[in-house]
Amino acid sequence: MDLNQISIRKSPTGIKGLDEVIEGGLPQGRTTLVCGGPGCGKTLLATEFLVRGAQEYGEPGVFMAFEETAEELTKNVASLGIDLSALIEQNKIFVDYIYIERSEIEETGEYDLEGLFIRLVSAIEAIGAKRVVLDTLETIFAGFANDSILRSEIRRLFRWMKARGLTAIVTGEQGEKSLTRYGLEEYVSDCVILLDNRVENKIASRILRVVKYRGSSHGMDEYPFLISDQGLWVQPITSLGLNYQVSSENISTGVSELDRMLSGQGYFRGSSILVSGSAGTGKTSLAVSMVDAACRRGERCLYFAFEEAAGQILRNMRSIGIDLQPWIEQGLIKFYATRPSYYGIETHLLTIQKDIEEFQPRVVVLDPLTNLISIATETEVKSMLVRLIDYLKMNDITALFTSLTTGGRDELTSEVGVSSLMDTWILVRNLESNGERNRGLYILKARGMAHSTQVREFILTNHGIELVDVTVGPKGVLVGSARIAYESRERAALLQRQSETERKMRVSEHKRKAIKSQIGVLQAEIEAEDERLRQELAQLENYHKMQADELKTIIQARQRNGSSQGEEE
Amino acid sequence: MPVSSETTFPKHASSDEEDKMWELRLYVAGQTPNSLTAFGNLKKICEEHLAGKYRIEVIDLLENPTLARGDQILAVPTLVRKLPEPVKKIIGDLSNTERVLVGLDLRPIGERKVRRANKPESDAL
Repeated sequence: MDLNQISIRKSPTGIKGLDEVIEGGLPQGRTTLVCGGPGCGKTLLATEFLVRGAQEYGEPGVFMAFEETAEELTKNVASLGIDLSALIEQNKIFVDYIYIERSEIEETGEYDLEGLFIRLVSAIEAIGAKRVVLDTLETIFAGFANDSILRSEIRRLFRWMKARGLTAIVTGEQGEKSLTRYGLEEYVSDCVILLDNRVENKIASRILRVVKYRGSSHGMDEYPFLISDQGLWVQPITSLGLNYQVSSENISTGVSELDRMLSGQGYFRGSSILVSGSAGTGKTSLAVSMVDAACRRGERCLYFAFEEAAGQILRNMRSIGIDLQPWIEQGLIKFYATRPSYYGIETHLLTIQKDIEEFQPRVVVLDPLTNLISIATETEVKSMLVRLIDYLKMNDITALFTSLTTGGRDELTSEVGVSSLMDTWILVRNLESNGERNRGLYILKARGMAHSTQVREFILTNHGIELVDVTVGPKGVLVGSARIAYESRERAALLQRQSETERKMRVSEHKRKAIKSQIGVLQAEIEAEDERLRQELAQLENYHKMQADELKTIIQARQRNGSSQGEEE
Repeated sequence: MPVSSETTFPKHASSDEEDKMWELRLYVAGQTPNSLTAFGNLKKICEEHLAGKYRIEVIDLLENPTLARGDQILAVPTLVRKLPEPVKKIIGDLSNTERVLVGLDLRPIGERKVRRANKPESDAL
């Protein structure tokens, strides 16, 4: 037999995140107990279960309301964006308000709760319901005195609902030592969900926990949830992980010099960037530059401001020549300015995720991250950030976080311990020298890209951010007026060197000319000598010739004298 | 001790109220032992205390399930006193006669007198 066939079937709740926690939905055809203190959202969870069932899964539902009338219920859930009256009209939801007032009832002997069963049956049959909510069943304990009758009737009710295959939610008020005040958990053995509205440091957070789920694995942790204008929003921590796709696409930082420092391209898309620095070092300006660049590409940006109002950021950024107003008008930027103390840390995370899901931005800025520490411990902030960054990466959203470092302390250790989560870390730092303060920008890390390791001077001008190429003097990096002075000194020295060289060149030209003339003289001398030698040679040749002629003449003369003498003898 | 229907009414009650009919509704779910017992007990109490002045309507919720909503019925059997007002609800098989009389405001005269002595409007009379 296939295990999938014998394992229990589930009815999806349709509540964002909850189905992931309970791995598919509530046990189909069984009863789930939802318990918790007053105002923890039991009724809203139950109502949404019915509404989503009717709207999305074609399962009509009956709401047996022991505490609120149909009108009150309709009004209460309208704030969740649920139009209950329309669903009632379409026969998709049936609300039966059950009113019990102990003082109006006299008990005079044996009875049972068949009336409740009959009402439930007629409601179920009226709309063909598959889902049932009993909210809050425990009210009947206050309405009737005979505890043993009630308990056996409740047991009968649960058995009956199971037999009819109804997927039900029963809500119960939390007791002091037990899950419910009247021990309803005794009768519900399949699935128990506990809701809590916890107040820590005067800030409330809503928490959901699955206490038990027979026959199914489920998330064991406490899951924060929100009651939003679109229903409940449960954050399933386990759905996040390290198995996201990574992009090798680059996006501009909005500052061309910074792009060049980051291997000429800018940040990676989907990466997380930390910009840290002490007060007034231009962290927000860097963030806004990136946002501006993204808007120029037509991408949507979400800006969470925990310190300044949107208007203030807009005004301040105009002073450095960045005008975000047109982008806001085009719907490309959305600002969410909230004080950190407005919610608990988990609620912040949820709100951020919800806003991201609604707006679908490509770029997100949290400015500044450090303000969140004021409402939680570092561990909590880090745990929240891990999940936020995972979430952002899974959605390929580039995120920039700014972090305020306390002056005087070591900037590298005061980073909420989050730097290890970041792909790129830019540090903007005040460089104090010669009685003035200037900003220096370093890239401390940039995962997966060749980046400049130089310190750059970071200047806010009225036309945006400029990073000035580094000037290294004999005493290290020079910034501000020292750089300007050094540069002019350097220029003067250069000019001087240049004129010196020119002078030297002139001298050498003279020399060359002198040598040239000397060469001329020497050459003339050589030529004269040559001429003299040539004449001598010619004279010598003439002499030889003359001698030869003389010799010939002598020989001829001798021959003539000899012959005349012989004849005579 | 049999008590006549007249004496069960408070002395200060107007004669109009005395002449009014008692409208009683008994909600049951089928012919269960509880419903049969309840009907028998009710009939007996009415004959004893409200002879000729009452009307009992038995509603079987198995036949008319939607009627359970109107009178907010959860438990069966439930006896509802529709008239005289205010509406009263009594649940159970009505075997505890004393409690039924209290629930219907049909208390024995002795008790009534003690109660009335403490009421300011009875002093005015």
